[in-house]
Amino acid sequence: MTRFWIGAVAVIAAGLLLAMTDIIANSFWFFAAYVVLQYVVLATAWNIMGGYMGYVNFGSAGFFAIGAYTAIVMYNLIKAPLLVMIPLSGVVCGLMGLGMGYLTLRLRGVYFAIGTLALAVVLETLMVNWDYVGGATGAYVIRPREMEPFGDYVKFLTFVMLVLAVIAVAAARWVERAKFGRGLHAIRDDELAAECAGIPTLRLKLIATTLSGFLMGVAGAPFPLYVGFVEPVSAFNLAYAVNAIAMPMIGGTTMWAGPVIGALLLGTAQQIANVTISSELNLLIVGLVLVLFVTLAPEGIVGLVRKYFGRGR
Amino acid sequence: MFTFELLWNALVAGVLLGGFYAAVSLGLSITFGQLDIVNISHPAFVILGAYIAYMGNEWWGFDPILTGVAAAPFFYLIGVGTYRFYYEAFERRDDEALRGLAFFFGVMFIVEVVLIMVYGVDFRSVQAPYIGGNWEIGMIGIPTRMFVPCMVSLVMFAAVYLYLARTFTGRAILAVSQDRLALELMAADPVRVKQVGFGLGIATAAIAGALLIIIIPIEPSVGRLYIGQVFAIVVLGGLGSITGTLVAALILGVAESLVSTFYGPSWAPAVAFSVLLLALAVRPQGLFGR
Repeated sequence: MTRFWIGAVAVIAAGLLLAMTDIIANSFWFFAAYVVLQYVVLATAWNIMGGYMGYVNFGSAGFFAIGAYTAIVMYNLIKAPLLVMIPLSGVVCGLMGLGMGYLTLRLRGVYFAIGTLALAVVLETLMVNWDYVGGATGAYVIRPREMEPFGDYVKFLTFVMLVLAVIAVAAARWVERAKFGRGLHAIRDDELAAECAGIPTLRLKLIATTLSGFLMGVAGAPFPLYVGFVEPVSAFNLAYAVNAIAMPMIGGTTMWAGPVIGALLLGTAQQIANVTISSELNLLIVGLVLVLFVTLAPEGIVGLVRKYFGRGR
Repeated sequence: MFTFELLWNALVAGVLLGGFYAAVSLGLSITFGQLDIVNISHPAFVILGAYIAYMGNEWWGFDPILTGVAAAPFFYLIGVGTYRFYYEAFERRDDEALRGLAFFFGVMFIVEVVLIMVYGVDFRSVQAPYIGGNWEIGMIGIPTRMFVPCMVSLVMFAAVYLYLARTFTGRAILAVSQDRLALELMAADPVRVKQVGFGLGIATAAIAGALLIIIIPIEPSVGRLYIGQVFAIVVLGGLGSITGTLVAALILGVAESLVSTFYGPSWAPAVAFSVLLLALAVRPQGLFGR
């Protein structure tokens, strides 16, 4: 067992302890932690494509929302439990990611980024016009009050999200270390050269987009149960797309720790600003911090740490 | 339900809408099409222009179009400043692809949130004598609220087209992304040329914004929807082709108008993005691509 896995198990154990006991009595903390952890998953998923492979996805909100809407369909059809919804949402969004991967055959760089944005808006229009999932007015999902042995259902949701976050980070770390990840880096640096060097670029891109889509879908699946009411504007909120980009950029896109640091910092800051100041101002902070980091610290916090403490890999 | 009366009305409304779209996408056609700067925040500047027209109208009762024209020089300066910043931070370091895109995404987001903080999310509109009129020609109705913006847009389009085609600086803007070295040999500084071009692109957003708020009431987040429209038009028209932009704008206007007449307005936002996806996948060089 490496340090990473010991850490991962420790985090899950600590989460389990906090969720099952009443050490933290006020469930607000769980509501806030859920959002932050959800961003850890989203940012990590974005980074697999955006950071490692160099394909910018502006449509994260689309994937997130389709994850949520898949869960609603499952709920409407068979009142599926959460643990069935999550993998199904993941599979649906994974397939969407696969489709997006084929898009990279024709679209590179900027065009790909704009294409993903287009995809998100097309999906939103489809959901607005689909009455089965509530259309423009939205759909209610009734959240169970309690879940044994956690007590409050929000505690259970937060714990599930914690496990998902650990899984996502572990997947990103695996990608980074495997030969697969080096192939993605080669694609980011020079796709043509990578192709010439015998790297199966299409296959690697398809795996990366599918994995990224899967993780985003997984992040969206518990969303209906968390909020209880889903409508297109909130599910396709631009804040998800901006945060999914801003968090890895702030943390650093080259390493799995980057998106995690970015999501924890920015996510927590937003939760605090949300309560103490206003929700608009917290979005303004995200925008400003994003522009600041992109301009001044292109390697993010991880890059800054490496620069000033001279720590290699 | 299909009748010829509906069809003709939808076609005329579509052409008028397309004429307006030409104004919105003209700026991007210059910045993205000619200068290769992915100014994804262009629609946000259009919305900013719309709010300035709203302010002038609400506080002092100014005509929205005149306000837009008056605001254009300031927008030019904003554009020059934005480009300088972009150049120093990204382009000079040859780092524009991913980070430049994220930068403009951030700018778009900041403009939107600041507008929300100042004006809230209520829909705003303007007052002018030509809003609300309607001409009946046979069975076709032409709302003046659409006709005036369309005409102003075409005048602006023609002016910018002539500027680009006839003056030295204009031609330099057209040349800068095609052959930078040749431009330098003609004793023109590419960075300054791009600065003028970018300023011009943003300046058109001030007028386009004024036209937008005449056509429909707006709130800060509608800018995002226009990303689809403007990029669809510029890509469909062919990057680098100003005429192509006009043709593509008319096509998209007619397509949207037909869809919202025969399938319902809630499907209209998908038209632009579907056209964009199709254009990107099938013919990335556009209709008039080089």
